[in-house]
Amino acid sequence: MNAPATHSLDARGLNCPLPILRTKKALSELGTGDTLAVISTDPGSLKDMQAFCKQTGHDLISSSSNQGEFEFLIRKA
Amino acid sequence: MGVADKITPPTLDQSQFDQWFDQRFEARMAEREAAHVPSLSIIATKGTLDWAYPPFILASTAGALGWDVSVFFTFYGLELLKKDLHLEISPLGNPSMPMKMPFGPQWLKDINWKVPNVVMAGVPGFEKMATGLMAQTVKNKGVATIDELRSACIEADAKLFACQMTVDLFGYSQDEFIPEIEGWIGAASFLPTAQKSDVCLFI
Repeated sequence: MNAPATHSLDARGLNCPLPILRTKKALSELGTGDTLAVISTDPGSLKDMQAFCKQTGHDLISSSSNQGEFEFLIRKA
Repeated sequence: MGVADKITPPTLDQSQFDQWFDQRFEARMAEREAAHVPSLSIIATKGTLDWAYPPFILASTAGALGWDVSVFFTFYGLELLKKDLHLEISPLGNPSMPMKMPFGPQWLKDINWKVPNVVMAGVPGFEKMATGLMAQTVKNKGVATIDELRSACIEADAKLFACQMTVDLFGYSQDEFIPEIEGWIGAASFLPTAQKSDVCLFI
């Protein structure tokens, strides 16, 4: 199991591209190595979050989907 | 320049040299790729509520990905830079636009209202109503408002340029527009930016 995230973001009910924009904003307020747990309901966010992390260099530690909700754990680079 | 760039020992034969060159070339290209900041240029020419979404969604998302973003607003696109946004939608002459109720029971929401053009054109306030319904749908679905996306673009340091010629043409005054506008320019100033960008879109 991963250690619990140091910060969290609730992006439920938001649609593309808001989950990504909010995630970027939340990450900008964190320090390197901090972790952010994001929860969303936008099915597009599953692929978008991977692309976002790949492009920005942040570490997508895990992503999972559970009954229409998507959870991501990201470590800030 | 590292030492490896300079030495080509005389003992290297042609095939060894080729191999050395290919490896160096690949490594250099990879470094270059890694250091490259992608850039996006958009020319935004439409000023209705529906057409306001693509430029702002793409610009704000590219900004979130760390890209360099420039948007040139020209003709009706200039409406998107007004301090007070009063964007409307017109279903008239737009057969692809689904017309659905954003409220009521599910069976009612599922109906796609095929309204004849003559009705859309003839009923006073039809566009106001369609605009209201779209605004409600946007809210219901958790889609961002144009204001929100525009702020996200500004926050991400997207450069928003306004077309000076359009301002003159339509008789606007510069103080009707948001102060974050990067510059009042013409096509000749924007094209060199567009030329150097990795992605250039006309919307």
